Amino acid sequence: MYETNYHRASSVADAVRLKGASEESKYVSGGMTLIPTMKQRLAAPTDLVDLRHVAEMKGITVSGGSVRIGAATTHAEVAQSSDIKAACPALAHLASLIGDPHVRHMGTIGGSIANNDPAADYPSAMLALGATIVTDRREIAADDFFTGLFETALADDEIVVAVTFRPPERAGYCKFPNPASRYAMTGVFVTRGADGVRVGVTGAGADGVFRHAAMEAALAGNFSPQALAGVTTDPSDLLSDIHGSAEYRANLVAVMARRAVAAA
Amino acid sequence: MGVEGIGARVARKEDKRFLTGKGRYTDDMVVPGMKYAAFVRSPHAHAKIRGIDSSAAEGMPGVIGVLNGQQMLDDGIGNLICGWMIHSKDGSPMKMGAWRPLAHETVRYVGDAVAVVVADSVGEARDAAEAVVVDYEELPAVTDAATALRGGQPQLHPEAGGNLIYDWAIGTAEAETDAAIAAAAHVTEMTIVNNRLAPNPMEPRAALGIYDVGEDHYTCYTTSQNPHVARLVMSAFYNVAPENKLRVIAPDVGGGFGSKIFIYPEEIVCLWASRRTGVPVKWTSDRTEAFLTDAHGRDHLSTVKMAFDGDNRITALKVDTIANFGAYMSLFSSAVPTYLYATLLSGQYAIPAIHANVRAVYTNTAPVDAYRGAGRPEATYLLERTIETAARELGVSPAELRRKNFIRSFPHQTPVIMNYDAGDYEASLEAAMKEADWAGFGARKAQAEGRGMKRGIGMSCYIEACGIAPSAAVGSLGAGVGLWESAEVRVNAVGTIEVLTGSHSHGQGHETTFAQLVADRFGVPIDSVSIVHGDTDKVQMGMGTYGSRSGAVGMSAIVKALDKVEAKAKKIAAHLMEADESDIVIENGEAKVAGTDKTVPWFQVALSAYTAHNLPAGMEPGLKEGAFYDPSNFTFPAGCYICEVEIDPETGKTEIVQFVAADDFGNIINPMIVEGQVHGGIAQGIGQALLEGVHYDPQTGQLLTASYMDYAMPRADDLPSFKVSHQNTPCPNNPLGIKGCGEAGAIGSPPALMNAITDAIGNNDLTMPATPQKVWAAAHAAQ
Ligand SMILES: Cc1cc2nc3c(=O)[nH]c(=O)nc-3n(C[C@H](O)[C@H](O)[C@H](O)COP(=O)(O)OP(=O)(O)OC[C@H]3O[C@@H](n4cnc5c(N)ncnc54)[C@H](O)[C@@H]3O)c2cc1C
Repeated sequence: MYETNYHRASSVADAVRLKGASEESKYVSGGMTLIPTMKQRLAAPTDLVDLRHVAEMKGITVSGGSVRIGAATTHAEVAQSSDIKAACPALAHLASLIGDPHVRHMGTIGGSIANNDPAADYPSAMLALGATIVTDRREIAADDFFTGLFETALADDEIVVAVTFRPPERAGYCKFPNPASRYAMTGVFVTRGADGVRVGVTGAGADGVFRHAAMEAALAGNFSPQALAGVTTDPSDLLSDIHGSAEYRANLVAVMARRAVAAA
Repeated sequence: MGVEGIGARVARKEDKRFLTGKGRYTDDMVVPGMKYAAFVRSPHAHAKIRGIDSSAAEGMPGVIGVLNGQQMLDDGIGNLICGWMIHSKDGSPMKMGAWRPLAHETVRYVGDAVAVVVADSVGEARDAAEAVVVDYEELPAVTDAATALRGGQPQLHPEAGGNLIYDWAIGTAEAETDAAIAAAAHVTEMTIVNNRLAPNPMEPRAALGIYDVGEDHYTCYTTSQNPHVARLVMSAFYNVAPENKLRVIAPDVGGGFGSKIFIYPEEIVCLWASRRTGVPVKWTSDRTEAFLTDAHGRDHLSTVKMAFDGDNRITALKVDTIANFGAYMSLFSSAVPTYLYATLLSGQYAIPAIHANVRAVYTNTAPVDAYRGAGRPEATYLLERTIETAARELGVSPAELRRKNFIRSFPHQTPVIMNYDAGDYEASLEAAMKEADWAGFGARKAQAEGRGMKRGIGMSCYIEACGIAPSAAVGSLGAGVGLWESAEVRVNAVGTIEVLTGSHSHGQGHETTFAQLVADRFGVPIDSVSIVHGDTDKVQMGMGTYGSRSGAVGMSAIVKALDKVEAKAKKIAAHLMEADESDIVIENGEAKVAGTDKTVPWFQVALSAYTAHNLPAGMEPGLKEGAFYDPSNFTFPAGCYICEVEIDPETGKTEIVQFVAADDFGNIINPMIVEGQVHGGIAQGIGQALLEGVHYDPQTGQLLTASYMDYAMPRADDLPSFKVSHQNTPCPNNPLGIKGCGEAGAIGSPPALMNAITDAIGNNDLTMPATPQKVWAAAHAAQ
């Protein structure tokens, strides 16, 4: 790791100010992505601004038919939250599948979606839940937030403060883990709610997480695994690597979607 | 056996310090003035070095020195060598290309060391290493051994035309074998790939080189399985220092699996750099460096023909193997696909004609050498996949086909050198089938089908050779060293005992097992016995631990030394009690005169030896004896493994629903430790079959599996609870009747698992690792 300076932000505004004080600075939350990258000398921020102790970014609240998860909330907190288990058990289930206990107790939902790893679990849920990403300066619809591999709509110094969504009537998540990393080789999050059916697919897309229009259409009239029979995914839009070819991932998208619907 | 003697399940003495974080590993060593090394490594798989500019690095904070390969050459440091001479069929010696500890002309794999920076801190050393500018002229690379043999491919070493190191054969004459195959009623032919593995010990490699200018003496702390061999090789071949000026210490070592047998550039460089810079120099590998530079294992491509007569008896076996050696010949590399592989190709079967041909090949990849099992897993995988396939082709049960061909009388001379001394293959087969409820499999399969799952069962009957090895025999086969072992038993004046062993423990539990041997002999508590190993200044010359040799060879040496101590102790006791020496028995911590109530406590015997006030006439004082033990044969552990799997046809995911191991390890000193070895071995074998595999980009030679994000290691939840049992036939060739257990699990398990998966999906065309993607594709192709 290269030398770096550590700053602990006390508020969102403080964080933005601290970040702005140096050019090569970065926010750090759980550090579960950033720190290993730094240790491998693939990232070299001169300054780290820690967001984990900012009160307004912490905690889970359910009110007025809306769920709000602070960006600094850890995966373990989401997995164990009785509020989340009541409002959207599939999301608690998703959080419980991320990494291992160490990772779940450090990694945060804000860090995960800001990082937008194409194999991360949360982005699929954000798309399928039609979530809103609340930043220090605006609200961004999940559909507009994830813009490509490790790319988001965030400005360089913009902070994810929270995510909000309306609990779906039904939701399910099914993940096929990569045998090595146990990130999602393919993960599918399905929901049915006031806005209809939404299907978010992670791990498989060549451009990162995506919504599966054909599946949404098929499920709109009949929210059952059988409705997905015959719905295919074009392998040319999918990732191919040493762990799984695009054809294999296309198959996994179908299988995980069926199982997610069955679980919803 | 007593509660602490031979056969007792004694909890491991060493675990207290390991489990409480009090182990002392090389990286824990701190000496005054110590500095840190970072290596500049090649980012290219193949390139000429046009120049190295270290001027910027030299000026960076904390930097003490930046050293390169030309300086090393100027200082007379020699090439790394392979210590086992193999001759090709045409009589020519193997073609060994030069391996410089720091490359100064050509780099041949990604990770090849080019220069070293010594600095005040690890961070500063790494910062400066990045600032060393190496001017490379990139060359085309080849990573696949079969490709490297073809014409027009990149050439790695001028010494080895066509990248061929040797073209070697063993066994029955080829023509005779061909004739037997031509006359056969049935021939099973297969192409067998044994995937390349990264060893992944929990503790990465490390070295601390300390040059003492006052004494003109070097000390090297390093992660070695065989510190004496390290000293011998570093002194005799690399000219680091004469042996009496070089102390090698391998303290606690966190696993090796073979990868820490070999001498690598880094320890040599740390010693040399310490002298060059005047400061002690420490280097500790990180995980990606380990993936890049630890010697890999396996990587064979073979074709096999197994011929049967009308009665389903094997009449001939013909094997052609291409072994990928990587960019350089590592210390034991040449022996692995020859004398540790082809000599085991008879398996548990009586095969009248066996011909094997092995070509060893250079490629632009990390060096390949012994990895848990070393050659025997490759032989077992090839044979056991083939005989299983033959059973399917012949329409007979896999157990019946094996039974029909089992060797049943001993000793048995195979056509490939080995002379099996003892075994009962049927016993293990029966035990395994019973434990696995083989007969009930059909019902379980039907039940699984009802749940949409494909269930399969597979077996593997392995044999391996341990206790390497009779020195004269291996010498005649090309080994550069003898493979005996040494021991010294020191009884202290108050009766406590130190055993100095040339074996090295890096997870095997020697501090417990070896102490049990002593406790058993004299009836003293194991806490009064200490095992000393891993330091060339403390322990007499020894050969180290690999090939499951610590029991069969290392403990046999201890037995010999104990015999001498016991004989002298009896003389002293007889003298003290005025009895006849032949009437003395030593047990329960005292010497007794048989049939009387006369006793002398053990400590009194020891004390008498050292006060020397009242010893038999002419006897030297002291109670300390040494011994060297050279085995008279290999030992032949064998067994039967059965694996049952369930496959999700929609995803290709394999779940291992049961795994049964029935082993013959000869006599067992500590069953708990033996079971632990079997568990670990099976986990590694399952890792190979299901998860692990080193991938290089075939064009660029970049390592694609350089971290755990991409290299899949077995985790606890990938594995079932293993059912382990023993059907032991004592080894007739060593005093304890031990065969060895350290590698069996890794040897026997991969074919059992692959036979089960291919059985489940009804498609035999599947290579390791059987990843979900491959299993899914194979299952679909079968439909
Ligand atoms: C062993 C291991 C296994 C894992 N397995 C999985 C898995 O199965 N599934 C999965 O989805 N993930 C997995 N992860 C990733 C883990 O979930 C991380 O926690 C997550 O990707 C990043 O969250 P973090 O809080 O650690 O972010 P950090 O590492 O601190 O930051 C990541 C990036 O996001 C930026 N950032 C952080 N917080 C904010 C914010 N609030 N606003 C704006 N930018 C921000 C940082 O500047 C940085 O660029 C794994 C990680 C490890 C180490």
